[in-house]
Amino acid sequence: MTATQNIRKSALLEIEGMCKSFPGVLANDRISLSLRSGEIHALLGENGAGKSTLVKMIYGILKPDAGRMLWKGKAAGIDRPVDARQLGIAMVFQHFSLFESMSVFENILLGLERDADPVALRKDIVDISVRYGLPLDPDRHVYTLSVGERQRIEIIRCLLQKPDLLVMDEPTSVLTPQEVDRLFETLRRLCGEGVGILYISHKLDEIKALCEHATILRNGKVVASVDVAEETTQSLASKMMGKEFRTAEQSSGQEKGPVRLGIHGLDHPARDQFGISLRNVELEVHGGEIVGIAGVAGNGQGELLRVLNGEETGIPAEAIMLDGTACAHLGPNPRRALGLASVPEERLGHAAIPSLSLVENALLTTCQRLGLLKFGFINRGKCSAFSEQVVSDFNVKCSHVNAEAGSLSGGNLQKFVVGREISQSPAVMIVSQPTWGVDAGAAQTVRSALRGLANQGAAILVLSQDLDELMEISDRIAAICAGALSPALPVAETSVEQIGLMMAGLDPRQDTEAA
Amino acid sequence: MLALEKRPEHSQALVYLSPLIALILTLAAGVVLFFVLGVSPARALYAFFVYPLTSAYGWAELGVKATPLVLIGVALSLGFRAGVWNIGAEGQLTLGAICGGAVALWLYEVDSVLVLPLMMLCGMLGGMSWAAIPALLKTRFNANEILTSLMLTYIATLLLSLLVHGPLRDPDGFNFPESRIFGDSATLPILWAGTRLHLGAALAALAVAGTWLLMSRTLIGFQIRVVGQAPAAGRHAGFSVNRMVWFSLLFGGGMAGLAGLLEVAGPIGQLLPTISPGYGFTAIIVAFVGRLHPVGALLAGLLIALSYLGGESAQITLNLPLAVTGVFQGMLLFFLLACDVLIGYRIRYRSLARMRHD
Repeated sequence: MTATQNIRKSALLEIEGMCKSFPGVLANDRISLSLRSGEIHALLGENGAGKSTLVKMIYGILKPDAGRMLWKGKAAGIDRPVDARQLGIAMVFQHFSLFESMSVFENILLGLERDADPVALRKDIVDISVRYGLPLDPDRHVYTLSVGERQRIEIIRCLLQKPDLLVMDEPTSVLTPQEVDRLFETLRRLCGEGVGILYISHKLDEIKALCEHATILRNGKVVASVDVAEETTQSLASKMMGKEFRTAEQSSGQEKGPVRLGIHGLDHPARDQFGISLRNVELEVHGGEIVGIAGVAGNGQGELLRVLNGEETGIPAEAIMLDGTACAHLGPNPRRALGLASVPEERLGHAAIPSLSLVENALLTTCQRLGLLKFGFINRGKCSAFSEQVVSDFNVKCSHVNAEAGSLSGGNLQKFVVGREISQSPAVMIVSQPTWGVDAGAAQTVRSALRGLANQGAAILVLSQDLDELMEISDRIAAICAGALSPALPVAETSVEQIGLMMAGLDPRQDTEAA
Repeated sequence: MLALEKRPEHSQALVYLSPLIALILTLAAGVVLFFVLGVSPARALYAFFVYPLTSAYGWAELGVKATPLVLIGVALSLGFRAGVWNIGAEGQLTLGAICGGAVALWLYEVDSVLVLPLMMLCGMLGGMSWAAIPALLKTRFNANEILTSLMLTYIATLLLSLLVHGPLRDPDGFNFPESRIFGDSATLPILWAGTRLHLGAALAALAVAGTWLLMSRTLIGFQIRVVGQAPAAGRHAGFSVNRMVWFSLLFGGGMAGLAGLLEVAGPIGQLLPTISPGYGFTAIIVAFVGRLHPVGALLAGLLIALSYLGGESAQITLNLPLAVTGVFQGMLLFFLLACDVLIGYRIRYRSLARMRHD
């Protein structure tokens, strides 16, 4: 204990009065924090609170308008990421930069700043992976790896630099519960060796489990700097959001409505070698209910969404029924006319276009259903009014509806995208990863809105890797594994363990019988 | 080693200033070029960029040269926005001239106000049909439209040559490879007496306004921007990529065909083995210098038209080779592309690897 305390005497990184503004927004307002060696320090805040801006400044991607940084007690000028890396700061990004068709080893070799001896490097990789519990075969191709394994490549890449500070940007948003546990072990081992870790997350229970200190940001300001042990999840949440934490409305418990979305014997071969074939998918979603589909990323969720919303066709029409109408042969807009709405997982580039304004992004999926066209001309007034409505109904923080979608934080853009679909009062709504990378406040808004829509009689299908979320909002839950969908079980009668088995492609009912 | 590193933030203003910077760099490089050629740079630049505009006739000629450049440049910028790389506007222009010109020769004896509209229609259809080939190959077989449209250009030029040496040759023309000179009702009215400025200039202005309206106010313009920027989002919205390919190529082909017809029915007045000094290719420069915006294409078209006039004037007054025009146009595009890259990226020495995370 004394040894660790010695390491902890002085601050590793100190930040004082950091400010950064973007057009129309003060993203960081005089932010200060201090982090010691061997400490896991949480940076907590809603989307748009300024966390990403702050770490980008620490890592030299953005230039602060004001404020200073002390590294091991000395003033440090970090103008570029390479400066940060030379000081000993490493960062694991939320989005990985890996070449899918290359092996793990090749990816790491390519990412090195210096020329390395391949034999020694291979040994270093194996050493690090053993020492920190990051099992990884250097010769596997990246496209064969799960998201968790890909993240390990990024972590090993960072550790090869022998950093003193590791910055992790929402590392668990795409991991399974088992992968999260393994990651935590690695992080604890690193901090035991004196590495400081700046951990950015929205998941309060993770912060409770992992971190000692937390700096909480709200609207670009530090609202609290706390000892995590002295806080409850509830108190952290209320500090972060500045209002009482509200849980989603539960199902009204009324009788199920009629089947609004029916999927029968749906087979869909993979488009390419990286795709997943959907096999004999059977599911019925009733009006008024939310059905969740659990599964580890890359098991056919993307394909299922695209087949259901009409982006991919070429299957027998009767495989998908919308309110009794066969529609598997129709494209996206005829299905929208039948009352379907969908929100894809990838916000930027699929659900929305970052370089277009919010108004134009609203137009993307609404132009036909809301009658925003007249003789092929766009009714801009009506479209702006619709966007304003979505922005106010869903509490989207933006400077203006004509602001570029890319200027919004992830959570706010997600509220806008989900709001855009819900505001069209769809009969059936399909949402993938509704709260991926979104803070607790925005996640609550989205979940309550989905529940509200179900209570009005819509059928809702949610695809998510966040099991807690699915358990919270779903009435029934199924799991997808390698393109095959398990039967949907009522949430009240299942446990997380059972769903875990289903996610691995096993039938939990048989398993219980065997036991 | 040298590597390009993405800049964290880049200036929006520079994106619009980059054509101007490119122009200044082109002029600077021109000074060096003329110096090496042994000509006084001051005199050469005067001959190139000022002298052509010292007379009213020169201004009218500017309009004549700019007409095909603007018509095609505007249409190409729409296609480039959609990510459809139609490089074969020169061939589509040639087909427009052939089809529209053939109508003029077929109705040689007819004196009617309907002859010209019919020629324009056939010119556009000719260009569209030529552009339909890459569109079909692209949507059906996923063949790269850059290659197919470019290769079709050479076929089109040879086809024109074949026709004016054969079936369309002037029967009283002493076997010269030329068609008859078009009749009065097949020739474009002149807008400005005493010059060659013809009705086509007004049509080009109309095309600028129409395309601007199309791009900014209509669903099809919106679809073009969406499909070009984010194909996945376009699919989610239910916009068909294939339909955009067809629309962009047919639009480009139609405008190029019209431009070709306007050339033969206007300044040229007959079919010749060569009817364009490469307007269809130069229009690509026009589209990019104009920032893929219709109004930008109008300004860029005028600038490039001036370089054509300047080349002729420099040839006459200073005995400079006509190739200098091509060199100038090429340098302008080269500098523009370089500026665009350097606005978004910066050059770094040292190893490639460390740019990975930036």
